Amino acid sequence: MRALRAVARRIGAGLLVLWVAATAAYLALLAAPGDTVDNIIGDGADTPDIRAEIIAQWGLDRPAVVQYVDYLVRLVNGDLGRSYLLQRPVSDVIGEQLLPTLALAVAAAGLGVLLALVIAVATAGNRRPWLRRLSSGTELLLVSTPSFLIGLLLLSVLSFRFRFFPVSGDQGAGALVLPAVTLALPIAGLLAQVLRDGLDRAIDQPFVLTARSRGVRERGVLLRHALRHALLPAVSLAGWVFGIVIGGTVIVEQVFGRPGLGQVILSAVANQDMPVVLAVVTLSAAGYVVVNTAADLAYLLVDPRLRRS
Amino acid sequence: MTVTLGPPLTDAPARIRVDPTEPAVRRRFRPGPGLLAAGAYLVLLVVAAASPAALAPADPLAADPLAVLSPPGAGHWFGTDHLGRDVLTRVVHGAGHSLTIGVAATAIAVTGGVLLGLLAGLTHRVADEALSRTLDALSAFPMLLLALLFIAIAGPGTASLIGAIGIATLPHHARVVRGQTLLVRRSGFVEQAVTFGQSRPRLVLRHVLPNVVGPVPVLAVIGLGEAVLAAAGLSFLGMGPQPPSPEWGAMLSEGRNYLQVAWWISILPGLAVTATVVSLTVVGRHWQARFDGRRR
Repeated sequence: MRALRAVARRIGAGLLVLWVAATAAYLALLAAPGDTVDNIIGDGADTPDIRAEIIAQWGLDRPAVVQYVDYLVRLVNGDLGRSYLLQRPVSDVIGEQLLPTLALAVAAAGLGVLLALVIAVATAGNRRPWLRRLSSGTELLLVSTPSFLIGLLLLSVLSFRFRFFPVSGDQGAGALVLPAVTLALPIAGLLAQVLRDGLDRAIDQPFVLTARSRGVRERGVLLRHALRHALLPAVSLAGWVFGIVIGGTVIVEQVFGRPGLGQVILSAVANQDMPVVLAVVTLSAAGYVVVNTAADLAYLLVDPRLRRS
Repeated sequence: MTVTLGPPLTDAPARIRVDPTEPAVRRRFRPGPGLLAAGAYLVLLVVAAASPAALAPADPLAADPLAVLSPPGAGHWFGTDHLGRDVLTRVVHGAGHSLTIGVAATAIAVTGGVLLGLLAGLTHRVADEALSRTLDALSAFPMLLLALLFIAIAGPGTASLIGAIGIATLPHHARVVRGQTLLVRRSGFVEQAVTFGQSRPRLVLRHVLPNVVGPVPVLAVIGLGEAVLAAAGLSFLGMGPQPPSPEWGAMLSEGRNYLQVAWWISILPGLAVTATVVSLTVVGRHWQARFDGRRR
């Protein structure tokens, strides 16, 4: 019962954040420059009749509160509004481009986590100080390097020099490798630091001494006993990883000329197509909240101590 | 090995935790070659930003049609770009853009963060809850997308870049300061001051603020690195200073089309960004370790 209440509280907090985020997006729409009617008309014919029709059609003459509530209701129903520029529902525009971005994001996040795990397990403890120093330096370098530089370096070496990978586009899985690696490296750099930190702390715990005295090998100690503890602080970074991946896809898609949400939001920003910009931003905030809430729940599942508070 | 210390004798406010096994902590009182190199690079960077002509007297916009796309060599250490402009000169002149944007954005983020964090930490619980939830919601937006949203409203350019990065990184600083404020507020010396009947403004200014802002400069240095990185990313996307301005991210974006024939146009300005962020992080971490040591 107590656990159920903890779960409900986490989900409630997530919903609250979502509501505030949606409201912030709505306020941003109001703060956007230019008259809404002008934006909808765009380059089309501009007569008082057409203006009146648009105001009636979009309900712009209603009180602000009613429009706000209407916006929330539409949002809950999955209606993200209409693009000023393309004159199409935003959900259609996003839907078409969602898949390549998702594929890139999932591949990059998976690869990043995998790399971080391998690096952290290989360098935890004080077994090989030189390796540890090397990997700390590399991690600092990876975290500090702009992702577009990593992408351009990979491109110029692996695609132009050796022609291992296609230069751009989204043909097949081969074209996904370099963008995914580009995006995964900074994530791996940061996660590896956090994971190793956790492993180092877990190694000092009495249960590790117990395991060692029972004759468990060092690898077994790390993988079976210490890693579970080290994963906890890393799980709380899930939301952060999501943010980095989503922001990073915009840049990486641009570097590699990949289709996806990055192109959608960049052209929307350039043309001040606010409904599209806001939809992408709100959706990514929703994704963050979902990932973060899931991580919180996973925390509750893994660590029973947290269910009490 | 980690040494477990007993509870501190004085009731000092909590500090930022630092992993004692981190190299920066072990070398606490002995600046290594890495720290010196980072410091030297940052000094060079500040000189480049303050008076670029002292380091690179040539005009960053001067095109030389006779020396187009020449590789790094004696005449042009970093080579020349597609218009024959000297890449090293442009990188030096670009330092000012990156540092200005980074410092101004960090100043906004830190000032706003300290004010909001103090406010949230000191007010009534209901107001704190409302502020904290708003900050939570703001941090739910991926930083780059929040910055893009801001630019969509304000238009591209240096000023929007500063505002965008400043606002996008503000929630993080505010949360740190809020947490610190709550800790300081509950600590012994503040309770004592309350018992002695000190007035509220005096309490905040004399006792809370100095103990809250202690770690802020350290966070600001590390935050500055992040801001420089974000600025380069956004200018790479064409949201910052427009060409022919020698901003590092914009240079990369321009040079991208010549990557196959002239890697130096885009890679070398990119390395300048990396070196800046690494140096700031190294100095920031060292300072953090020192700070932690002094408090211990």
